[in-house]
Amino acid sequence: MQIQIKGVRVVDPGNIEGIRDISIRDGLFEAVSEPGQMPAVANDSDDVKVVDGQGLIAVPGLIDVHVHLREPGQEYKETIETGLKAAAAGGFTAVCSMPNTRPVNDNAQITSFILSQAQKANAARVYPVGAISRNLEGQKLNDIADMKKAGIWAVTDDGMPVTDSQLMRRTLEYCKSLDIPVLVHAEDKRLADGGSMNEGLPATVMGIKGIPNAAESVMVMRDIALAELTGARVHFCHMSTAQSIEAIRAAKAKGVRVTCETAPHYFSLTDADVPPYDTHFKMNPPLRSEKDRQAIIEGLCDGTIDMIATDHAPHAEDEKQVEFDRAAFGIVGLETALALSLDLVVRGHLTLVQLVEKMAKAPADLLGINNNIMPGNPADLTLIDLDAGWTVNPDAFVSKGRNTPFAGRRLKGAAALTIVGGRIVYTRD
Amino acid sequence: MRFEKKDILDIESLSREEITYILDTARGMKEISQRAVKKVPTLRGKTIVLFFQEPSTRTKMSFELAGKRLSADTVAISKSSSSIVKGETLRDTVRTLESMKPDIIVMRHSSSGAACQVAKWVKCSVINAGDGTHAHPSQALLDMMTIQEEKGGFEDLNVSIVGDISHSRVARSNIIGLSRMGAKVTICAPGTMIPVGIEQMGCTVARDMDTCVADADVVMMLRIQKERQGSLLFPSEREYATLYGLNPARLAMAAKDALVMHPGPLNRGVEISTRVADGEQSLILDQVTNGVALRMALFYLVAGGSKNADSN
Ligand SMILES: [Zn+2]
Repeated sequence: MQIQIKGVRVVDPGNIEGIRDISIRDGLFEAVSEPGQMPAVANDSDDVKVVDGQGLIAVPGLIDVHVHLREPGQEYKETIETGLKAAAAGGFTAVCSMPNTRPVNDNAQITSFILSQAQKANAARVYPVGAISRNLEGQKLNDIADMKKAGIWAVTDDGMPVTDSQLMRRTLEYCKSLDIPVLVHAEDKRLADGGSMNEGLPATVMGIKGIPNAAESVMVMRDIALAELTGARVHFCHMSTAQSIEAIRAAKAKGVRVTCETAPHYFSLTDADVPPYDTHFKMNPPLRSEKDRQAIIEGLCDGTIDMIATDHAPHAEDEKQVEFDRAAFGIVGLETALALSLDLVVRGHLTLVQLVEKMAKAPADLLGINNNIMPGNPADLTLIDLDAGWTVNPDAFVSKGRNTPFAGRRLKGAAALTIVGGRIVYTRD
Repeated sequence: MRFEKKDILDIESLSREEITYILDTARGMKEISQRAVKKVPTLRGKTIVLFFQEPSTRTKMSFELAGKRLSADTVAISKSSSSIVKGETLRDTVRTLESMKPDIIVMRHSSSGAACQVAKWVKCSVINAGDGTHAHPSQALLDMMTIQEEKGGFEDLNVSIVGDISHSRVARSNIIGLSRMGAKVTICAPGTMIPVGIEQMGCTVARDMDTCVADADVVMMLRIQKERQGSLLFPSEREYATLYGLNPARLAMAAKDALVMHPGPLNRGVEISTRVADGEQSLILDQVTNGVALRMALFYLVAGGSKNADSN
């Protein structure tokens, strides 16, 4: 199989910026050249696909480092196949799957299972993340080296954060010696105290128990201290508060090895946008105040926030059509993230180059892979149509999850073509 | 004026005019409860379901009597008899109830917003009888009715509300309602019981109980929930009573003719001393009496009536 993309604007920060022809063969980038220099393939055929890249942007395959694929165990919410196809439709060529499946990805067998299911999906790649502790219970370290051999690249107890500071210290030390990062879902569950939205005026008015900013930032601060102590590689997931960003900015200035991500909803929405008791706006961490939203944008601009991830968390309708405090936390994000993030470029907060860094390059750095568009590299590529206008329609999602707060929103920008390992896994109609 | 609201979900969604109209209607209803034959045929043929997922003898009885005095048929469903315990979702439960064609569902639920959600799921009228820590509109309205009876109005009235504001739907509804009607609301509680942003809902937060009560025209005490002691909100009932209890000495700091109110049930000796609760300034039992009239008014108005119930 060969793919030729002609006359496309390539945005590959630090590597290429300009109009190029790209040739892909046998799963790899074969050549990237100035327009017109590439030997013309005869025609579109079964074996050869020629893509007119005019008006499109080619970027290294987007990578989402925080996705809940739900398989094994909760296939009614999402399967590895539907999740990876949704990712491809959203322009992602790879996603990192969180370990809170049932059973938990806390051993090599589950890791292998996830990878083999992903193989069959013919969609985005998966980079599984293993659990830190047995069954996410925060008690005993898993056989992390074993899981690493099977294919995990990082560990986390996402959703069930490690409360025990000593366990966290040991985890960091151990993972440092294995040379894998530790992903931190920063939340002090005692401070969160069963709350279901941001602690602030909207929660007070609705009588909903609030989750204070400090529930996140105290754990960010603790784990910065532990990162400094151990020298381990710490990555903070789905940052939502001004205080967390402030702490990470200071840590980076000091040379501590930390990175972090935020999710599109944290720079697109605030708690004031939550319609009364609309459970599609319930996620953890919750939508914060306008001040926090501004701090997130500022953190993206000045580089404190390294990357954008979705925290894609599909749920069945039944789990959302209930009382607000009983509804499941989480929203889907794979199919809206690119357009919502492109809005940062439209509004002038980020350049397109910065956005590609945050959605493709920084995630690759975290994973320890090189996704440059260059001959010899695996051909993972996203073609973006910046002008494509569309309206979010949950019923049209590829994901099984319909739980989005963005239903009905007009967005601009979409993946036109997603290529994974030299195969076209998504084409926009 | 014609009352257009299908549901009574909270005070927030009621305008000043609507509140006045409800209170006017309730005054008319009160007279019915004082007759020898306490029944008018106004809502004959109408069915009211009392769906109480949270136990509440007082409020349920008040709504039930209100319905009966208007000749409506009332059916009560409590938690033990409803299928919620069998794992049915709230949505399924209320849609099942609705299929039996009630005209009004009165509901009490432990989750904030439950009544608002149910109002979207069913076509019949929904009256919120208390949802989580969100709203308790009929309680706030009966409190307003009681204050209006005694004081004639609300403009520039100093109303103090003392107690666990964070967990009180009564406080939220009263703060919104009383401030909307022109009263000046001051609240007081330990910092553990003051929710973020409460000032923006229409009140000021007093530094301590003495400041809060000083010159008050109405002192509204909230029930302290003893089971919350474990959640670190206050160290002991004794200390709470010392700092935030209403006793005769504190009441003396309020205006001479200050009114004492409490939504009940009372924790005597904790948030309110017996001498105050049973004293001359206490309106606690008047609140209960007015509760029936006010709820009659709500039934009558959501069922489509205009101010004079007895006219047909
Ligand atoms: Zn998480």
